[in-house]
Amino acid sequence: MKKLVQKNKKLKKELTIDQKINRRNFISFTTFAVLGGAAFGGWRWLYNSPLETPGITAGTRAPLRRALNKTELAFRRVFSNNNLVETYPKSMAAKNVRHNTDIGSDSKMDMDAWRLNVNKSTGEKLQFTIDQIKSLPKTELVFSFKCVEGWDQIQYWGGVKFIDFINHFGLQDQTQLGYVGMETPDKGYYVGLDMPSAIHPQTLLAYELNAEPIPFKHGQPLRLIIPVKYGIKNLKRIGTITFSNQRPRDYWAEEGYDYYSGL
Amino acid sequence: MKVIKEKHSLAMRWCHWVNFPILTIMIWSGMFIYWANDEYSITLFGHTFVRFFPDWYYNLLHIPSRLAEGMAFHFLFMWFFTLNGIFYILYTLISGEWRELVPQKKSFKEAFLVLLHDLHIRKMAPPQNKYNAAQRIAYTAIIVMGIGSVITGLAIYKPVQFYYLAWICGGYHFARIIHFALTLGYVFFFVIHIVQVILAGWNNFRSVISGFEVVNEQPKMITQPVVEIKDEDEKAGPKE
Repeated sequence: MKKLVQKNKKLKKELTIDQKINRRNFISFTTFAVLGGAAFGGWRWLYNSPLETPGITAGTRAPLRRALNKTELAFRRVFSNNNLVETYPKSMAAKNVRHNTDIGSDSKMDMDAWRLNVNKSTGEKLQFTIDQIKSLPKTELVFSFKCVEGWDQIQYWGGVKFIDFINHFGLQDQTQLGYVGMETPDKGYYVGLDMPSAIHPQTLLAYELNAEPIPFKHGQPLRLIIPVKYGIKNLKRIGTITFSNQRPRDYWAEEGYDYYSGL
Repeated sequence: MKVIKEKHSLAMRWCHWVNFPILTIMIWSGMFIYWANDEYSITLFGHTFVRFFPDWYYNLLHIPSRLAEGMAFHFLFMWFFTLNGIFYILYTLISGEWRELVPQKKSFKEAFLVLLHDLHIRKMAPPQNKYNAAQRIAYTAIIVMGIGSVITGLAIYKPVQFYYLAWICGGYHFARIIHFALTLGYVFFFVIHIVQVILAGWNNFRSVISGFEVVNEQPKMITQPVVEIKDEDEKAGPKE
């Protein structure tokens, strides 16, 4: 704009100070109004944008879902899969373990009939009893359980590392796949996990809470404890584990939450 | 005689006005997230003075049960908030404008005098350049707070990946408290800021959009007086 003023100076007589002020006010306030209007229009577009087509994920405005997925990919580029979550002494663990929801884990069932079903990508189906799982080396973990709602609580869980389970039962080739899906026996709750998080050294198939068998409401007899994810991924009462290259269905991702939900 | 005096650079104005709506969206979506576990209050000696937030407030702003939506907005606009902040800080450092912004040694003492002046207790305000001492402190603090929001935000967002940030913030739990308190700080800043902008008037407000102020300059005298006479009532310069 200074150039413009200088050019004018050569052609005709210099602008008065009031003309200069008016001119600059006009240009700047017009620009401000146009950009402000455009920003508001952009916001209206985003706020009123249609929901994504329901699939593995659902319930979020389509552009926001794209942003969530892109953000996940951007961050995972720099993330390490070997960061261990902080652990605490057992004395700090909560006696009253917080219980948020019963989705998928409140159906009546015969615990003696419970089996862990594993579906390999080859189509092969395996079954395990709780005693088979308990016979593997036990890992104890006292960590801060984090809920997507924002609360956290130090809890003391015991079970077998998922990676130990995989190695012991010869499922190593399955870890070449991208995802693991887990579902409750009644199919009421289900989660999808990326493989690096699933085989993280602190991911447990847990059967003990505070050194006692897991109570019914916390997912008796076997549940997932995956400290690198929010609580919503820590499925109670595992019925089926499936290895897959496609993202398995995920209860809360269908309700608008981030699929990855990693910490 | 009227003179145009350049005040705010284009980059500074850009960052200011880009930040305003983004921060508004961050606070708004942040409330959706906070609602899901709204455990904070100001309690002294067993009496709760403020609970964040009362139901009428939530209902007025349609906040309840929008956690997933809040997270989706929050984790998109966090990028713009951070990038705009980084751009502003780099610009301020490289251009040298930080010299007009960062508090000086005398600023902390002077800020008190500015406060007394603004409250009409003291007649004279200390002399200043672009910003007075109180502004230097406030505007630098808001940048530091912005950095704090990004750091505490990342610590809450990915506490395992950014475990060192969580550690710096005193743990996940405390990081969430700081993140929340900083937001209250922005709201407090905003209220004071708006009052000051209104009091400072049109010329000052315009400068944040058009970049300049109009000042009256005395025509220069041909012969210098022997003793400089200071005008007691002369304001130390435009505020805000």
